[in-house]
Amino acid sequence: MDETLQIVAHAMQSRFGAEVLETRGEVTLFLPPQRLIQAAKALKEEFGFDMLMDLTAVDYWPQTKPRFHLVYQLYSFGKNLQLRLRTGLDGNAPTMDSIETLYPNANWFEREVFDMFGIRFNGHSDMRRIIMPYDWQGHPLRKDYPLGYEEVEFTFNFDEIERKKPYAKE
Amino acid sequence: MGIEQKTGNLGIVTTSLEQVVNWARTNSMWPMLFGLACCAIEMMAAQASNYDMSRFGMELMRASPRQSDLMIVAGRVSRKMAPVLRKLYDQMPDPKWVIAMGDCASCGGVFNNYAIVQGVDEVVPVDVYVAGCPPRPEGLIHGVMTLHEKVKKEKLGKWK
Repeated sequence: MDETLQIVAHAMQSRFGAEVLETRGEVTLFLPPQRLIQAAKALKEEFGFDMLMDLTAVDYWPQTKPRFHLVYQLYSFGKNLQLRLRTGLDGNAPTMDSIETLYPNANWFEREVFDMFGIRFNGHSDMRRIIMPYDWQGHPLRKDYPLGYEEVEFTFNFDEIERKKPYAKE
Repeated sequence: MGIEQKTGNLGIVTTSLEQVVNWARTNSMWPMLFGLACCAIEMMAAQASNYDMSRFGMELMRASPRQSDLMIVAGRVSRKMAPVLRKLYDQMPDPKWVIAMGDCASCGGVFNNYAIVQGVDEVVPVDVYVAGCPPRPEGLIHGVMTLHEKVKKEKLGKWK
């Protein structure tokens, strides 16, 4: 691990109780959701992690505790270091505090996570879908979302599918 | 030579109105480019000098639906794009035709999922389907010729 990163990781460990994981030089801090925003604030203001590179989520269904992981990828321009924050969220309709006031570009990232995974962000200024149409039902990147859309046509079920297919009439 | 010898000096050709109208429609059919994916590259190649679709009176690809009478849907249509496609189709003046170019536009192709419309015929009525992933320019031109054959057989009362 990089020396500067080691100092940061130790500080986060003692102040916020972060669990430090390292894989092939990539450092991840695992934090409980209620302390993650404070930790990100400290990282931005004291340790110079001034850019939020990515914010995404992972679905571990059928596991429910935690079902989702939120992943925040931070970058420091001054030190040229990357740091990943992760947090677990329980249940099927989880909520999380928004990080938008700290990193304004989180606005669209959080909208995308809401659109694809159904994780709501408290305090977000514009919590709408961003990719799918506004009236869409469900959240497509969840593991329990149906994978295929249309039944595959063969000779034995051709007529049945043709009857159901919604062809346009002029 | 040719027709002049047969008609002499009269300068008159007799034919049916339907045939003249359909001949005019097929030989100056202006397509609207609706390039959505890789099929659009083949559509451009069909337009360019090597294949030269202007041999069939189709030298102008219009970006405006109001000046075109053929819509070539080239590529996969996402569910969010479907209302846009329908709106552009509705803006085209009659008579109008649609070619679904490629597997994705015809039936969804390899994208059997929530995001892609499973065949553009769910949104607009399609006249000719061109298979291929993507179809070669010859394929598209064959599709266009097939459409021309279809238009030549149309009756006058169809578009009102």
